Amino acid sequence: MSEESIISLKNVNKWFGDFHVLQDVNLEVKKKERIVVCGPSGSGKSTMIRCINRLEEHQEGSIVVDGIELTGNLKNIDNVRKEVGMVFQQFNLFPHLSVKENITLAPIWVKKMPKAEAEELAMRQLEIVKIPEQANKYPGQLSGGQQQRVAIARSLAMNPNIMLFDEPTSALDPEMIKEVLDVMVDLANGGMTMIVVTHEMGFAKTVADRMVFMDEGKIVEQASPDKFFNNPESDRTKLFLSQILHQ
Amino acid sequence: MNEMNEVRKPPVATTGIIGWLRINLFFNWTNSLITLFVIYCLYQFIPWILDWTIFSADFKYNYLGEQITNQEMCSRNLDPENGGACWAVIYVRFYQFIYGFYPKVEVWRVNLAYVMLAFALLPLLYAKLPYRKYFLYFTYIFPIIAYFLLNGGLGFTEVSTNKWGGLLVTLVLGCTGIALAFPIGIMLALGRRSKLPVISMMCTLFIEFIRGVPLITLLFFGMVMLPLFLPEGIDMDGLVRVLVAVTLFQSAYMAEVIRGGLQAIPPGQYEAAKSLGMSYWRMNLLIILPQAIRISIPPIVNTSIGLFKDTTLVIIVGILDLLGIGRGTLADTNWLGLSYEIYFFVSLVFFIFTFGMSRYSLYLEKKLKTGINMGAD
Repeated sequence: MSEESIISLKNVNKWFGDFHVLQDVNLEVKKKERIVVCGPSGSGKSTMIRCINRLEEHQEGSIVVDGIELTGNLKNIDNVRKEVGMVFQQFNLFPHLSVKENITLAPIWVKKMPKAEAEELAMRQLEIVKIPEQANKYPGQLSGGQQQRVAIARSLAMNPNIMLFDEPTSALDPEMIKEVLDVMVDLANGGMTMIVVTHEMGFAKTVADRMVFMDEGKIVEQASPDKFFNNPESDRTKLFLSQILHQ
Repeated sequence: MNEMNEVRKPPVATTGIIGWLRINLFFNWTNSLITLFVIYCLYQFIPWILDWTIFSADFKYNYLGEQITNQEMCSRNLDPENGGACWAVIYVRFYQFIYGFYPKVEVWRVNLAYVMLAFALLPLLYAKLPYRKYFLYFTYIFPIIAYFLLNGGLGFTEVSTNKWGGLLVTLVLGCTGIALAFPIGIMLALGRRSKLPVISMMCTLFIEFIRGVPLITLLFFGMVMLPLFLPEGIDMDGLVRVLVAVTLFQSAYMAEVIRGGLQAIPPGQYEAAKSLGMSYWRMNLLIILPQAIRISIPPIVNTSIGLFKDTTLVIIVGILDLLGIGRGTLADTNWLGLSYEIYFFVSLVFFIFTFGMSRYSLYLEKKLKTGINMGAD
């Protein structure tokens, strides 16, 4: 089972207007694998992971998630989204709901879970992200790091098989980055399949099974962290690493 | 040192009543001059208006002690030097102002409907009401009860709508228009933003057409044209035709107001909802609309107040609302020349309702703001 791909992107192409944002992207992700995607801004990394839960539509090629192919079929899209959790750069918590309600909303309405059970689940998830005491506050009353941890708890409450992280720490003050990364490391150690778009190279080195480097809509290089950081193949990767590591 | 700082109080001259007066009314000499001028104007105006409306006014009897039955008996017409407003006209015509020409034997039905309306509004106005849920059920079925109560049927004698008038018509038009336009407006706003071109185009066309036409035209349309579209033999009630026109008009405006609120919701909210597996309707009902409507409360109340006042236009298609009854009274030779009193009264009634709506919107804004910081997102 572990050798089989849980996510498979084959020759994926996408355009924004005339701009060719994804060019023949091929990516296979195995179960429990942890992938870190990096690359300069505008390289298509966010677009690629947003295609995996169909927040963006790809125009050519195929994307198969857990055996379900993503097409125009709305039912398939709903099923994939139930499998895949996503954490955003801007947290995107629902500001009109309390922390607890943010987490219980989808289990109650999408999974039809009884309210009491959902609330218990929410408290468990908040324990995991280490902020159970904030359950009754509203997102606007929390710090960025706390909001992002609530966002992670909200995703986990749907019990996803796969978690996508779209630059989860980029909007955070430096002193809050660690608390979010700690939660993500715990999650990785727990065996979650993860695709993380990030510039946190320290995190990548500790957690990633594989690094994916993208530039101008193409995957330029895929390698183990060890090889990627110490002995990258392409010149483009070397340039990127020298810029990001020795600034 | 630190403790000393914590207990230091602000200078006396900037706090309390004296501080407030200083900062707001007598900050510098221009400010003081304006304050004094305004006080002088109020000093001139307030005693005069109080005298005219209350102290020198006739309520039921004139200054000779006779009961007033026509304008000639008003104190101010008997002796122009003496006497203020002649409220007797309102007293004598009060029934018409409130019920129109509703038969007197059946008027308890209207009164009951008024009381029930108050109960139906209660759970909407006051969120902490005990047993609010059960009151809300009543709110939902109230329109049906009110229909049978006012119009007849189910054992009640029928009272044709051409006998309705005054405040009754104003409230029926205002409440129904606002209550129906809200859900229709939401659907139109969502439809206009829909990704399906047919739906989006139909909603846009509808909104633009209705909004581009004056309400008076729509009222004439409802009165004259609507019957042409109906199958022969079916006669649509005059008030219902007007209601259709008013509701269509209001829902187009409501749609644009709510669309404004929808535009303000960051795309991340849609993405978060979708990534949690929510369907289009769940996403809108649970995430998007609650926020969009919250943002749009001031303009929603604004257009609602606008509609409430615009209902007076029904006078041109022969329906006598509060203002219509007032104008009818003025045309009566018994009460010629009492336009001040009548318009003052009509304005006052409208003001009470619209001011109530405006206060309610402030209360809602305050209540819903609790702990929500939309900007922080």
